[in-house]
Amino acid sequence: MDYPAANVVQIAHAIRTKAVSAVDVARAALDRADALNPKLNALTQTFHEQALQRAREIDQSIAQGQPLGPLAGVPIAIKDNICTTLGKTTCASRYLENYRSPFNAFVIDRLIASGANIIAKTNLDEFAMGGSGEHSCFGPTRNPWDLSRVPGGSSSGSAAAVSAGIVPAALGSDTGGSIRQPASLVGLTGLKPTYGRVSRYGLVAFASSLDQIGPMARDAQSCAMLLSAIAGFDPRDSTCAQTPDEDFVELARTSQPIPMRIGIAREGRSDANHPAVSEALDNTVRTLTSLGIECVDVSLPHASLGVAAYYVIAPAEASSNLARFDGVRYGRRAKLAPGEGLLDLYEKSRSEGFGPEVQRRIMLGTYALSSGYYDAYYNTALKVRRLIKQDYDAAFAQGCAAILMPTAPTPAFPIGQKSGDPLSLYLEDIYTVGVNLAGLPAISFQAGLSEDSGVKLPVGMQLVGPALGEAQLLRLVGLFQSASTWHALTPKL
Amino acid sequence: MTAPNASTPPPQLTLDEVAKVAKLSRLSITPDRASAYQGQLSAILGYVKQLQTIDLTGVEPMTSPLDMGSRLRDDTPGPTLPNDQFMSITPEPAAPFFAVPKVLGDGGSA
Repeated sequence: MDYPAANVVQIAHAIRTKAVSAVDVARAALDRADALNPKLNALTQTFHEQALQRAREIDQSIAQGQPLGPLAGVPIAIKDNICTTLGKTTCASRYLENYRSPFNAFVIDRLIASGANIIAKTNLDEFAMGGSGEHSCFGPTRNPWDLSRVPGGSSSGSAAAVSAGIVPAALGSDTGGSIRQPASLVGLTGLKPTYGRVSRYGLVAFASSLDQIGPMARDAQSCAMLLSAIAGFDPRDSTCAQTPDEDFVELARTSQPIPMRIGIAREGRSDANHPAVSEALDNTVRTLTSLGIECVDVSLPHASLGVAAYYVIAPAEASSNLARFDGVRYGRRAKLAPGEGLLDLYEKSRSEGFGPEVQRRIMLGTYALSSGYYDAYYNTALKVRRLIKQDYDAAFAQGCAAILMPTAPTPAFPIGQKSGDPLSLYLEDIYTVGVNLAGLPAISFQAGLSEDSGVKLPVGMQLVGPALGEAQLLRLVGLFQSASTWHALTPKL
Repeated sequence: MTAPNASTPPPQLTLDEVAKVAKLSRLSITPDRASAYQGQLSAILGYVKQLQTIDLTGVEPMTSPLDMGSRLRDDTPGPTLPNDQFMSITPEPAAPFFAVPKVLGDGGSA
């Protein structure tokens, strides 16, 4: 088994059949982390001792013929805004840089029960606010395809770690595209599940009506394995859907393709797209058509308003969620001068602990919710949100199993290019935010390569499905990946 | 911050308004930072203003993708984390309590 190139299914199989030991796999992952992380800054922590100990326990279980979870021994990395009792949960924020969670997120308990071996936590834009991986108190993550470029964000470290072959899969979180856009920029498959499909218990809240945890991996099959592990009902998240546990690997099996109709969003064919993105869209339509899938044009007339609605709603929810960081119960506590009181404690702790992008979004959200502005901004954005959802409903009502559009308008851009102009970075989210506003599942997959002055960069496409339509999305991308080789391309490091 | 006509919010924030929003956000910001935020927030609010150009008559606000709303549980006490675990992560423990600066008297205006 070629460790850096193998997918989750191959690694799990090799360990289960004793072709390789869990300890050898854990060592390979940790060695690669040690070798590559200084270049990439993808990981906030690595768990050498604990990962090797767990691998030994898994090997022992195999030797004794005990029952194994489907992910037994598979090295996984976790975005550092998901609570783990292992190590710290920093959210890449000065505010939480020493925070140790007293509990595991639901998805962590599920991964452990499935046998996964958590070897590291990954860098991110602070509190998952950002689309480039540059807004981290630990410094920017770098794109394995070109170290001078961003890997996208906010799940920047998860994207870079999988793309670089440190781990075959990682968890990210997606509030406005934070799984899909980095997956697109580093050449991975990344799934944002339906709102409510995966419990948010233990995910540090950014925008509670938009946040979802999901898998990032090389291919759809690997994502299906992780989704099977982390999806399911959790009474501790009041928005968690009461769906039974499902085997998405089985549901997404591609051995018997059935004809389906796909909608191609007209709004995804923008003149603002990079030429390589337009080309990848055309190529994807051709590949899907060759698989017997009917491709028809559909329209999402309010899609262009998505970024505007999102950058009211998400900051509004963030300003409320981040009010819990008050310098009192956990995290950073500022030193006070004589005579300073509780209000000073709040202001100093938050100002010292939050970086500029987080402060900007808290202020934006506070403004949108403040007296006299609530109707003009927040309530208006919520109405537009409904129109965006209705556009998708109408497209699915035309018999489309999914809707295809680019994940991002451009390939990865140079680090620093958009810093200082937050609006230009927000506009990169044009194709991703609508999905979160509507609560739908969507999957990004590599579908092309841009080549500019000798630099090769991945280009991703995304398929958006109806609520709880993950199996169909995984099936479609699995079909695409059985008929193409884009997902097998890896960066030269 | 003067309450505007709901249909025409001001596109440009003044420095005073930035200071007011910072105060409401429980953030203390330096004059340099305030000036940068003024430009950036104004640009974002200017962009967001396009939401007000479409007819939203009869459209209901959508606060959550879930049609059902939140599921409620019975209001019965259950197990929680033990006090010492909370104390182990609080920056200034005064077990079994969280310590705060003096709130009344000369303790500030919170």
